[in-house]
Amino acid sequence: MLSFIISTLLQGFIFAVVALGVYITYRILDFPDMSVDGTFPLGASVAALCLSKGINPWTACGFAFLAGSLGGLATALLHVKLKISNLLSGILVMIGLYSINLRIMGKSNIPLFNYKTIFNSDINPVIIVAVFALLTKIVLDLFLKTKLGFILNAVGDNEQLVTSLGINKDFVKTVGLMLSNAIAALAGAIMAQNQGFADIGMGTGTVVIGLAAVILGESVFRKSNIVKNTTMVLIGAVLYKLAIAVALRAGLNPNDLKLVTALIVIAVLATNNFEIKGLKNSHKAAKGGVIIASSTKSS
Amino acid sequence: MLSLLQVQNLHKTFNSNTVNENTVFNNFNLTVNTGDFITIIGSNGAGKSTLLNIISGMIKPDEGSIVLKDKDLSKLPEYKCTKYIGRVFQDPSMGTSPSMTILENMSMAYNKGKKFDLTFGINKKNISYFKELLSSIGLGLEDKLSTKVKLLSGGQKQSLALLIAVMSKPQLLLLDEHTAALDPKTSEKVNALTEAIVNKEKITTLMVTHNLTHAIKMGNRLIMMHHGNLIFDISGEEKKKLTIEKLLQKFEEIKEDDLLSDRALFS
Repeated sequence: MLSFIISTLLQGFIFAVVALGVYITYRILDFPDMSVDGTFPLGASVAALCLSKGINPWTACGFAFLAGSLGGLATALLHVKLKISNLLSGILVMIGLYSINLRIMGKSNIPLFNYKTIFNSDINPVIIVAVFALLTKIVLDLFLKTKLGFILNAVGDNEQLVTSLGINKDFVKTVGLMLSNAIAALAGAIMAQNQGFADIGMGTGTVVIGLAAVILGESVFRKSNIVKNTTMVLIGAVLYKLAIAVALRAGLNPNDLKLVTALIVIAVLATNNFEIKGLKNSHKAAKGGVIIASSTKSS
Repeated sequence: MLSLLQVQNLHKTFNSNTVNENTVFNNFNLTVNTGDFITIIGSNGAGKSTLLNIISGMIKPDEGSIVLKDKDLSKLPEYKCTKYIGRVFQDPSMGTSPSMTILENMSMAYNKGKKFDLTFGINKKNISYFKELLSSIGLGLEDKLSTKVKLLSGGQKQSLALLIAVMSKPQLLLLDEHTAALDPKTSEKVNALTEAIVNKEKITTLMVTHNLTHAIKMGNRLIMMHHGNLIFDISGEEKKKLTIEKLLQKFEEIKEDDLLSDRALFS
């Protein structure tokens, strides 16, 4: 039972890192970025290559982070320079990265059992991944409080405002995409080291799982204004992995996993959409133009 | 008087070489003096909004120059033009970031023209200044600094958008029917606020409006546009004597001209 909880937490915290990356694009930038499906295994490939060359595993994580940011840069350039739609830009990068990942690894799977990884220490792996997830969250929280972070938020909210402020919105989008994909690649590097191998297919569905974590976290903490969004995402990722682990334990066929994930996302999105409609109405009634337009009939 | 903005030899055609080809400007010229507060009127399709869009860089002219002080804006990307220009749109949600708080919105606006780097977005020292600005518009927003803007009413949003647009003291303020989406009473309040701010900060302003009373009452100069041409330009003492009847008469004259040309076309 203990090992069950530990492995769930391990998986949960690693995916919390991915989910935080997905949160940047999907929620803050309002950019459905599919390239994460490619940058997650990119991080794993780069880490595997580095480890096999005898590079320090922490440095390997750094390289994975950089590689991921380049992936995000590619998506951003396709979108802002070549004016390809956001969804398609991500998909193109994802597809392209499949071959690049194969090139980096030289084969479709590299076992890492014989190399020194970040988990070769006395510290419990769960603590290591928990620290990673928490650090990512804290750094992201701090970033969103900076001037650049404000603008990142504003681009997803109202591009025209950002332009009116004299800022190149394309630059801001690029920053967001690079950061998001760098975080996803970092998670891929951790994942590969934790499971003991890097595999070309390990990225499939990463975006959807990240998304599932984001919306699961948001729907659990819907009523709360105190809990930060990033905290919701972090807990959402752990909850998602817990739900999946319980389902597998209860006899779910592992082959059905991705279908179940898709169904969960659909279910949560559908309920959210209906609930949000209700929320909107209550806001209208509450605030309105009470102060300025108190005596007009239209309010 | 010093000229601030010169629009020269402006040409703009939409959908050129198609059936829907639409020439909005064919050699349009306008000089705006420093300190002018110009109200712009004209029937739909006259090119009023297109003119503002071209000045602010949102739309690029086919030909001609837009010179603000010494800089030609006609070739610059929009975000470089907007460095010198403040703008309020008809849609109240265009001027603010809805999911962010009033304080966050104002902090961003206050930082316009400076670097958006990795220093903290909110500087506590500015809060009392923001509160002062907000209390000057008398909507009680100074006590709602941490309220998200999406929870404000249209009038509150538009007043905030106006504050945000002028906060960095732009050289030119563009108002594109900025009270048209508001109810009459709120519209009056926002217009009064507009006048107060423009007069206090002495910002050169172009205001597009369909409300003839506002067009006459506000500003020191009034221009009327029709089919991409300046057909009426009046300022100073003469403008003060202007009445709605006279303006309506002008509109009638245009209509007759249009009818005549239609008749010529179909005869």
